[in-house]
Amino acid sequence: MSRAAEDRWLIALAVLGVVTMVGAPQVLQLFTIINLTTAIGLALLGLSLGLIWGYGGILCFGQTAFFGAGAYTYAVAAQNWGDTTGAIVAAVLAAAAVAAALGYFMFWGRISDVYLGVTTLTVTLIFFNLLRRTSGPDYRIGRALLGGFNGTAAPPLRLPWDDRVILSPQAMFYVASGVLLLAFFGCVALVRSRFGRVCVAIRENETRAELLGYDSRLYKLGLFSIGGGLAGLAGVLVANGIGRVTPDLFNLSYAAQAIIWVIVGGRGTLIGPVLGAFGVFWLTSWLGTQSYFNSNMVLGLVLILFVLLLPRGVVPALVELATRRRRGALGRAERLRARRPKAGPRRALQPAE
Amino acid sequence: MDFAAAFLVQIVYGVANLALIGLGLAIIFGMMRVINLAHGEFLMIGGYTVVVATNKGVNIWIAILVLAPLVVAAIGVVVERVLIRFLYGRTVDTLLATWGLSLLLVGIVTAIFGPQTATTLSPPIGAFQIGDYGSSGYELFIIAITAALFAGIYALLRFSKLGLLARGTMQRADMAAALGVSTSRIYMLTFGLGAAVTGLAGGLLAPITGVVPTIGASYIAKAFITVISGGAAILAGTGTAAILLGAMNNVITFLAGPTFGEVALLAAAIVILRLMPNGITGRYFRRSL
Repeated sequence: MSRAAEDRWLIALAVLGVVTMVGAPQVLQLFTIINLTTAIGLALLGLSLGLIWGYGGILCFGQTAFFGAGAYTYAVAAQNWGDTTGAIVAAVLAAAAVAAALGYFMFWGRISDVYLGVTTLTVTLIFFNLLRRTSGPDYRIGRALLGGFNGTAAPPLRLPWDDRVILSPQAMFYVASGVLLLAFFGCVALVRSRFGRVCVAIRENETRAELLGYDSRLYKLGLFSIGGGLAGLAGVLVANGIGRVTPDLFNLSYAAQAIIWVIVGGRGTLIGPVLGAFGVFWLTSWLGTQSYFNSNMVLGLVLILFVLLLPRGVVPALVELATRRRRGALGRAERLRARRPKAGPRRALQPAE
Repeated sequence: MDFAAAFLVQIVYGVANLALIGLGLAIIFGMMRVINLAHGEFLMIGGYTVVVATNKGVNIWIAILVLAPLVVAAIGVVVERVLIRFLYGRTVDTLLATWGLSLLLVGIVTAIFGPQTATTLSPPIGAFQIGDYGSSGYELFIIAITAALFAGIYALLRFSKLGLLARGTMQRADMAAALGVSTSRIYMLTFGLGAAVTGLAGGLLAPITGVVPTIGASYIAKAFITVISGGAAILAGTGTAAILLGAMNNVITFLAGPTFGEVALLAAAIVILRLMPNGITGRYFRRSL
């Protein structure tokens, strides 16, 4: 897609996003709005993974490690401080710090794709096992009990300037959609910036980018930390949507779902993972209402089929289809013109390889 | 003195446990550079095979030592033929496809047996005493079986014709194919072998841990850590990593409790990867099996 066409799409998307954000609470029931808030949090998690995997080529199977770290930091900080604005900032910083620490070991060790995926997955599973063991009064941070398997309460958001006012579910929906929109367009700006272009260059050919003088480790670490921070923010939103943080935020099924959103939506796009997250959220909710298939079975099949048949995902496939159609139309016009006799021989120009 | 002996048995068991969980994964990874994310589910199915067979009246030893490896090997061969075969050379896609498989298997087993713990088995060997300290005879049995497995796989790879072909395929698949080895068949067989070892491990551990459809998740973190820290050499890698990590895990668990034991395991693995990005056998014992 050309830059101009992409801009047109983005503007349309922004308008659509704002209209949905303002309109949805007027039309939909409260239950749906609360559910949507959680879905928006998950979509943000998908966006963060889409950013680092699609644009940095960093195969992170454990994006939930930062997601859960953000959620836990938010819950603990909010219980201790009473104020939630500072807790959000702390959550994002903590998640980014976890990502940076992990990224240092992985990128400076220069470990390859497979090792990277498995290491990150292991990290999130260890967090899961660790927090499950934290039941009992010994495990507390300040006033907040970690609570083991049952987790701990996530206090609802309060107004930044008046911490006696708790946000209503509708207001929470506005906050969540606003955050998702800002994060999405922030990511678009990021991947279009010089930094983002270097990251894509590293994804395409790390050696070449290094020979051109870019320290690929530093760029990857930067992108990974930003992705980690976004995942932490997603954790805050989901913690608010559910009302509790439990070790389940770290578990295999969330980690797998994040991967599925990106695979289904499309690697190398930012809108793909977001749409993928909404789609899969809708699918799993629907699967919960019937008893023939359980969601693991269906999600597993979806993942296998996409890897085998459509490994690039839905959005890139659609874009390619649209481009080919337009090219096809142009091609027909070209052929019609070519039928008329023309002066001079036509020579194909091949770029020198 | 008695305490030292009991503690030593615990450490050796910890090491054997890690080695046993990781071995099947290591065989598949070492041979084909495929990380099987459905490894935990293979272990889980091995466990379910034992539970179902003993409930049907099959002798528990036959269920553990014969049925569990056979069933999981059969599943492994089918999986290799219908799924993995199309994805050789596409490492990332293999990871994703086996992850899908993992979810699918959890889903299927949940649909058949329900999400709760299946009837638990009691270990077929009782406890015994070292002075004042009790120790489990079944854990000693697992230690012995793990040692025998390592020896058996070593002998298979080192001395048999199949082992020679497998090692050749592992080092240079194209050259082996040019010399008339059916590499596709070798891959199928090694995947089956890895699955069989995994099924045996799952069957052996079922009486200790019990089985739930989601039990795979509690194994795979340890299995991945062991195999990745070990590196590409199947036996030497898994062995050294299991000794290092298992001993450390047990000592720290003893000093500070199981929570910190697990954290130490992870921290050690990450530090190992920072220092030796290709695992222990990427730097030491490079020419070993």
